[in-house]
Amino acid sequence: MTRVIRDTRLIFAASVKETLRNPVWVIVGLMQPIMYLLLYAPLLKNVPGLGGDDAYNVFVPGLLIITALFSSLFVGFGLIEKLRSGVIERLRVTPVSRLAIVLGMVARDVLMLLVQCTVLCVSALFFNFRPDVLGIVLLYGLMILIGIAMASLSYGLALTLRDENALASMANLFTLPLLLLSGVLLPLTFAPQWMRTIADVNPLAYAIDASRALVAGTTGDPSILIGFAAFAVLTGVFALWVTRSIRHAVA
Amino acid sequence: MNIIETRNLTKTFTSRTRGKGAARTVEAVKGVNMIVRDGEIFGFLGPNGAGKSTTMRMLATLLVPTSGQATVGGHDLLREPSRVRERIGYVGQSGGTESSLTGRENLMLQARLYGLSAAEARQRTTELMETLELASFGDRLVKTFSGGQRRRLDLAMGMVHQPALLFLDEPTTGLDPQSRVHLWAEVRKLRSAGTTIFITTHYLDEADALCDRLAIIDHGTIVTEGTLDSLKRAIGGDVIALGLDVQNGSVKRAQDLLLAQPYVRNAREADGGISLVVEGGESALPSVLRLLDGAEMPIRTVSMARPSLDDVFLHHTGRTLREAAE
Repeated sequence: MTRVIRDTRLIFAASVKETLRNPVWVIVGLMQPIMYLLLYAPLLKNVPGLGGDDAYNVFVPGLLIITALFSSLFVGFGLIEKLRSGVIERLRVTPVSRLAIVLGMVARDVLMLLVQCTVLCVSALFFNFRPDVLGIVLLYGLMILIGIAMASLSYGLALTLRDENALASMANLFTLPLLLLSGVLLPLTFAPQWMRTIADVNPLAYAIDASRALVAGTTGDPSILIGFAAFAVLTGVFALWVTRSIRHAVA
Repeated sequence: MNIIETRNLTKTFTSRTRGKGAARTVEAVKGVNMIVRDGEIFGFLGPNGAGKSTTMRMLATLLVPTSGQATVGGHDLLREPSRVRERIGYVGQSGGTESSLTGRENLMLQARLYGLSAAEARQRTTELMETLELASFGDRLVKTFSGGQRRRLDLAMGMVHQPALLFLDEPTTGLDPQSRVHLWAEVRKLRSAGTTIFITTHYLDEADALCDRLAIIDHGTIVTEGTLDSLKRAIGGDVIALGLDVQNGSVKRAQDLLLAQPYVRNAREADGGISLVVEGGESALPSVLRLLDGAEMPIRTVSMARPSLDDVFLHHTGRTLREAAE
């Protein structure tokens, strides 16, 4: 166990260093949510029924969840590169804990995600975004769960597909319908019944409802428990999968 | 002592053809029996796809054998892979260093992953950078390294924990001649310091320059094994290479004619001509020339030499290494 913690720290530190040396990724990652904030959110303000000035308190929580999802779903590209350049093979010959290889990289991804979300929240404050304090702390917890789940999924896909193009198609295949059916761009109150039925089984929709409830400070909202539970299960499943995959990875 | 011993090691890959249900199996390694002795440079020579890398990857704990047994560094490969990992270093074909880190950072991380403390890792890194002459460029990002510099770093990465046995998979593929010679020198230095080295290569000159003992592997089996001298001597005699006009079965005719001569021990078609193994090359050569001339088979070129590794390869596999690669 101490070996796992020690190795995770080492892999984490090296991964952070690597990421910071490729600042293009960091900058693009930060730009995207801010573009939504600047170029999309103002449209919502004038849509009747979305609460005028309150629009940001509805939109930003959704945007945070989407950021958590999207930025983590593409981390697998880095792993494919590592498989190809023999980095993973080299690590597998050392006595390093296999679990630590994944944990270290996922920890880096979650850290990057939290930095992104913090930049987003702070920028949103200038647009009248007023979150509940306890709520936002809990929301960070939820985003960490989502980050771990999605990064693990991405690494699992990377180990299975081993091809950048296949991974990109796969990620897009998941994200677009999930995004449209989650009610993040427009609340699903406008949606026809069949879309709402699908949203009822979309864990992301619960996460977004939970996020909105947390920001509004209504911590008793049932969607919060469902959102946490759904992503706790997904995190467990995906993390187990990716750990098994990396044990068998050959490339 | 033997640092590696294998018994009937095999590896079969199964690949499912898309759409069709039937699984295709490829026997990459078909029962390899071999030993590597403590302190030697042992080479695996063979064309691409012969099973060299697959065998090495099994012995380095990267692939699980389909059947068979092996001990590596005194530990059972299948039962104690983690003990094996402590005793071995492995440098794969593509190296596997992080290109966004510096050489020093890569070595530090590798040393820490082998359990060294931060202070020990720093000391070992500095030491390695000096002995392998990485000091002048080791603090730059790896992505700026030349091919030869990168390969020396790879070698250092495999050495951080001072393993008793170092695996090098095609270490000089793609390197310029100067870097190759430099790397060979480093490998010899390691051997002098007591490390056993197991190298795969498809270069004859590399095997000739570096290896104490050699196994030739083809189609997943070891066809012959021994010291360089014993392999060459086992062919017995000298090698005469004849270039012939290869139309209308002339080669086949010449081959039959030559094999009927008492001094010819072997005659094989090779590279647009015939490769002969003869006893007493100096006296045999004029007879060979007279014989073919009398049969009106024009000879374009002729050369004679002591057997080379290529002749050893040809003798045991029926083709030259170059033909095997095609």
